[in-house]
Amino acid sequence: MQVLRRATLTSRAVRTLQSARRWLQSPSLTTERHGYLPDSQSPITPELKFFNSVTDHGGKIPTYRVLDGVGMPIDGAEMPEISETFARKIYENMVLLPTLDTLLYNVQRQGKISFYVTSYGEEATIIGSAAALAPDDEVLGQYRESGVLLWRGFGLDNIVAQCLGNEEDTSGKGKQMPVHFGSPQFHFLTISSPLATQIPHAAGVAYAITRSPRRGKNCAAVYFGEGAASEGDFHAGMLFASTIPSPTLFIVRNNGFAISTPAAEQYHGDGIAARGPGYGVWTVRVDGNDVLAVLGAIREARKRCIEEGRGVLVEAMTYRVGHHSTSDDSFAYRSRSEVEDKKRIDNPITRFRLFMESQGWWSKDEEDALRARLKKDVMQAFKRAEGMQKPELQEMFTDVYGGEEPWNIREQREELAGLLKKYGNDWEPWKSELERFKGKGQEWLKK
Amino acid sequence: MSCLTPHCGRRAAALKPKLRCLPRWQSTTTTPEASGHLPSMATSRLLRPIRDEALRTSGIRWTDEDNSGPVRTIVGGRETRKMNTYQSIRDALSLALMKDDTAVVFGEDVAFGGVFRCTMGLAEEFGRERVFNTPLSEQGIVGFGIGIAAMGHTSIAEIQFADYIYPAFDQIVNEAAKFRYRSGGQYNVGGLTIRCPTMSVGHGGLYHSQSPEGFFMGVAGLKVVIPRSPIQAKGLLLASIRDPNPVMFMEPKILYRSAVEQVPIDDFELPIGRADTLIRGSDLTLLTWGTPLYHCETALHMLASPPPGLDKHVPQSLRNAKVELIDLRTILPWDVQTVVDSVQRTGRLVIVHEAGLSAGAGAEIAATVQKKCFLKLEAPVSRITGWDTPVPLQYEKFYIPDALRIMDAIVKTLTY
Repeated sequence: MQVLRRATLTSRAVRTLQSARRWLQSPSLTTERHGYLPDSQSPITPELKFFNSVTDHGGKIPTYRVLDGVGMPIDGAEMPEISETFARKIYENMVLLPTLDTLLYNVQRQGKISFYVTSYGEEATIIGSAAALAPDDEVLGQYRESGVLLWRGFGLDNIVAQCLGNEEDTSGKGKQMPVHFGSPQFHFLTISSPLATQIPHAAGVAYAITRSPRRGKNCAAVYFGEGAASEGDFHAGMLFASTIPSPTLFIVRNNGFAISTPAAEQYHGDGIAARGPGYGVWTVRVDGNDVLAVLGAIREARKRCIEEGRGVLVEAMTYRVGHHSTSDDSFAYRSRSEVEDKKRIDNPITRFRLFMESQGWWSKDEEDALRARLKKDVMQAFKRAEGMQKPELQEMFTDVYGGEEPWNIREQREELAGLLKKYGNDWEPWKSELERFKGKGQEWLKK
Repeated sequence: MSCLTPHCGRRAAALKPKLRCLPRWQSTTTTPEASGHLPSMATSRLLRPIRDEALRTSGIRWTDEDNSGPVRTIVGGRETRKMNTYQSIRDALSLALMKDDTAVVFGEDVAFGGVFRCTMGLAEEFGRERVFNTPLSEQGIVGFGIGIAAMGHTSIAEIQFADYIYPAFDQIVNEAAKFRYRSGGQYNVGGLTIRCPTMSVGHGGLYHSQSPEGFFMGVAGLKVVIPRSPIQAKGLLLASIRDPNPVMFMEPKILYRSAVEQVPIDDFELPIGRADTLIRGSDLTLLTWGTPLYHCETALHMLASPPPGLDKHVPQSLRNAKVELIDLRTILPWDVQTVVDSVQRTGRLVIVHEAGLSAGAGAEIAATVQKKCFLKLEAPVSRITGWDTPVPLQYEKFYIPDALRIMDAIVKTLTY
């Protein structure tokens, strides 16, 4: 098994560091002359100087990358350690994700499921980060992270069952829209639609982890888009994870768009990464289309997060190749050619395949075999689930409360049961719909 | 208005003519005292300043350290201590932290004891890891608490004033309340309790006086609890913390110092979802919760023996009216059985709350009682509430549903 070792810093990086040091040591910023502001570490300066950058030279935060567009390590790349077996698992999952997306996107178009969200273009960000996490790190997602569940072995059957909302849907008994997955077994908290609400949850989850016996080696990883980072809950989550020490790994997928709103209309600063230091949070920006860079960055971020027990922010720069969702036609606000260019020039899957081939870890034959196998697996999972019934109708009223069922829920459940008894056979829309539920609603009528 | 109005007479004739035209209290002839002696918080009969009374609190359930044995119901040997409401809340929090290693208490300024002293000394006793300050962000506090509870831990969050709960509205309504349902029962945040001071305090103005319980009454998956006294606060808070659902626990802030009782020092709970009938009666049901309970008590005294000046406003025939006083205690899910049973007997209902009238909790209760007691109602359900304005500073005395307004509503309802 071939293993790649870390390279040393490039001479350019060394030069940057040296000049940064010089700037920091410039007389106007030294503390010997004027001392510090009381009760703070802020050195006093007589120089009136505004700043608008968190980097040393007023520039933009650099993006960490290890592979170039054709999958070759760039000069001086700090490569993460990766074995052939591990690389193959990453590649397989990166290919599985769009294979699954394509099928579910198409069946949505055929009206077989009500909604879908693809991960096109973000395969490296999602699979690379999933691969860097421990399988029992708690994950809190936004909705474009089904790849984390695939990586963890959630299985195609579970994915399809949730999207169809059938009797096998373990994520939520058919109560939520498609792609709202969840699984305590795979440490993946159930997705909800309101954006960014999961970000402060993650800080709380991380805090609970630190107080749980035998969980000191875990973190809470929270995913969100750059649009969600505009919500107040982003601010709250960053603030809490840094102020109340909580090992929270913030992974922002900056894919350039929040539905139709380009990132340029989402913020005026240097992306999301520039905000991290404002919260006292270690931060890195990574090329989200370079799976090895994502793997390396998240591994290091996770290590730092757990060691220091506080939040760490990773901004993965990527591009949303697909439409926002099946309810969106993105060519209404961006050109088809822009998308096609991205797919061709900066394709995370192609980039990693070329790398795999350069290492002698992958071949054309294996590629063909993999794609055929995954397509078959996905199709098989869908075919298996397609004819299944919905959960029992009475599940509509379960899980509202734990413990004793309140009287209002009971009365309303009984009211619907009475209506079903009265009209269930006479009102065609109800009659045909009842047929689709496991037990056909009879479980109520017998009571 | 007499009961011989055309509307009333028509129904009365159809339903129960004799009862209607001769209400029970009209047959009594007791003479009222010349001047009313109005109760204050210090002399309120709703409070239990004596150990034996405290230990016999209705519905009390002792939760002894060893949960394996049967629940002890004996009261002998139990001790009580004089506490005001903030002290009893502190006592409940201390017990919760002591018995549950996963429990944490957090919010703005809770570490030094809290702006209302409810967390005094807890940080010193249990450590800053379990009792800690958060940044000043309500959505963060509730979101953070949800995360802790999602891991099966107990999180007790404080929002400094109920007036400032709204930044966390999304986290409460869309997240906490729906956590169990949307995950098909795989996840829940039953360990979450959100405490917040509520209701008017005499000079709180717009943002230190609000009673937002009505906003949460339609939130499926949430429970909303409001205590009236130190014993109630301790028992209901411990029950809320241990309830398998997220609970909003709203503490009437004017009672923090003024309401004093002998509070049992042992661990005990009072039932959530159950109203408490404080005074039995057969002529009218007076339903309220929190601070207005004491205004209701005063109103009942004014009705029985009106102070000088009010004498002419209270017909002699009403002064021995038997009014049933109910403390609802839980706003969601509210105790429909107790309220409906009472109104079935009395035929009349007055609901009192501090929040504004429109779409307040009283609207929900009135509609349900109207549906379930239609044939027994002898007067329209009356709602005595704050006005549909913000809570104003200099005008508070004319804003809150005080004893006079409550008495007036009782008189009007009894004479309808």
